[in-house]
Amino acid sequence: MTDTSKLQYTAEHEWILVDGSIATVGITAYAAEKLGDVVFVELPEVGSTVTGGTVVGEIESTKSVGELFAPVNGTVTATNDAVVESPELVNSDPFGAGWLIKVEFDTLPALLSQAEYSALIGE
Amino acid sequence: MTSADSSTPDSTDLLNTERFSPLHQAHVDAGASFTDFAGWQMPVRYSSDLAEHHAVRTGAGLFDLSHMAEILVEGADAADYLDYALAGKLSVIELWQAKYSLLLAENGGIIDDLVVYRLGDTKFLVVANAGNRFAAFDALHARAEGFAVSVVDQSDEYALIAVQGPNALAILDATEGVADLGTDLHFMKYYRITDASFLGQPLLVARTGYTGEDGFELYVEAGRARELWDALTSAGADKGLVPAGLASRDTLRLEAGMPLYGHELTVNTFPAQAGLGRVVNLGKENDFVGRAAIEAGPEAGASVLVGLIAAGKRAGRADYEIFRSLDAETSDGVITSGALSPTLGYPIAMAYVTPDLARLGTEVYVDVRGTRLPATVTSLPFYKRVK
Repeated sequence: MTDTSKLQYTAEHEWILVDGSIATVGITAYAAEKLGDVVFVELPEVGSTVTGGTVVGEIESTKSVGELFAPVNGTVTATNDAVVESPELVNSDPFGAGWLIKVEFDTLPALLSQAEYSALIGE
Repeated sequence: MTSADSSTPDSTDLLNTERFSPLHQAHVDAGASFTDFAGWQMPVRYSSDLAEHHAVRTGAGLFDLSHMAEILVEGADAADYLDYALAGKLSVIELWQAKYSLLLAENGGIIDDLVVYRLGDTKFLVVANAGNRFAAFDALHARAEGFAVSVVDQSDEYALIAVQGPNALAILDATEGVADLGTDLHFMKYYRITDASFLGQPLLVARTGYTGEDGFELYVEAGRARELWDALTSAGADKGLVPAGLASRDTLRLEAGMPLYGHELTVNTFPAQAGLGRVVNLGKENDFVGRAAIEAGPEAGASVLVGLIAAGKRAGRADYEIFRSLDAETSDGVITSGALSPTLGYPIAMAYVTPDLARLGTEVYVDVRGTRLPATVTSLPFYKRVK
């Protein structure tokens, strides 16, 4: 189980784990719960350049479609093949095995702390 | 004599109030997530909408449908009245028989789709959609003028619980407190209803549903709802029964090709467009509301409802547009319901398309958020249970 207090968050319900210049990105348990069972995930290609705040992927549940926003400017260094194969990982382990992409970045924008994110979702 | 009782509370007040099912606490106890449905806070899922969907296909699901509207029609003219008020010929259904019908507007459009149960020679129960409770009651009430019939909105008195799935009959058999069945459920056909009792109080058990599976719908007085819910839950504990929310109900009915009001059916939809021409009985001798418009028919070239299937995993969804080719500039239709089918594993959708695209096997394109993906026109339903 990932220690979620070490994560940073966005208002788009994504979490970011920073390790050096690499940001691992996923969606929060709150977002996964709101979506319902995830049945399809589309992720950007490894090596592609992404711009913070833009849509780079999709997370579809039976009922709705969620957009994946790049939280930082940078280059995609890895995508989670396991989650493409088994989208239910987004629901079963959103902060761990359900991670989506890794992005190499130069500058980290302002992100939310866990306390700030918890306040945002009213928990 | 006309006695059309107007017993429903003021509709605007109710529509502006958040409403709770008599089973609300049962859903909270079961850990449900809630969604607003026609002003009601109803369970959208308990844990997983996919698991709930599969449970209904393979075991059984327990649904709270207490938001639906129950309208009692009773009086010497009840049968003739319904033949006038609705599109079908209700006067010919037998005691304890059910019939799917349509409440048409004068213009031939659909105000609501409903199920009518015959509870006596001169007594019928009409079940309408929650979102159409007041529109349906108002229309039924207005049409009672000149008939010896009372039309009473009893929605607040009834709770409605559905048990759906291949194990539904075994679960009903094992449910404590259900007694006095007027018909042995083992011999009851689909689209029939019987009177019964639950803990000594009146109970109606109908073999109807909205999932494409065998199953039952139980009408019980609201004050007994929790006890019945708990009794069914206990009876189903070793029979694969899980509580199931509205999310799974929607994918189940979509696979079964069943229309949902507000999606496939609207007040601007003619029954024939929706493939429901058979529900309108033009053979009956009496006039009925909407008859003239139906006989005139929809305008030439009116779109028709089709099924679509596609490869891959990206589903077309409600309001996505249909194109006849990759480069067509104007759309030739629109999806009304769509999802990645949990049972079949590929995208399915219902859509209205121009008639020249309605032939089975026609290849069309669905605009999935900016990308046109191919789909094939197919017959409905997408899923049919093995009997």
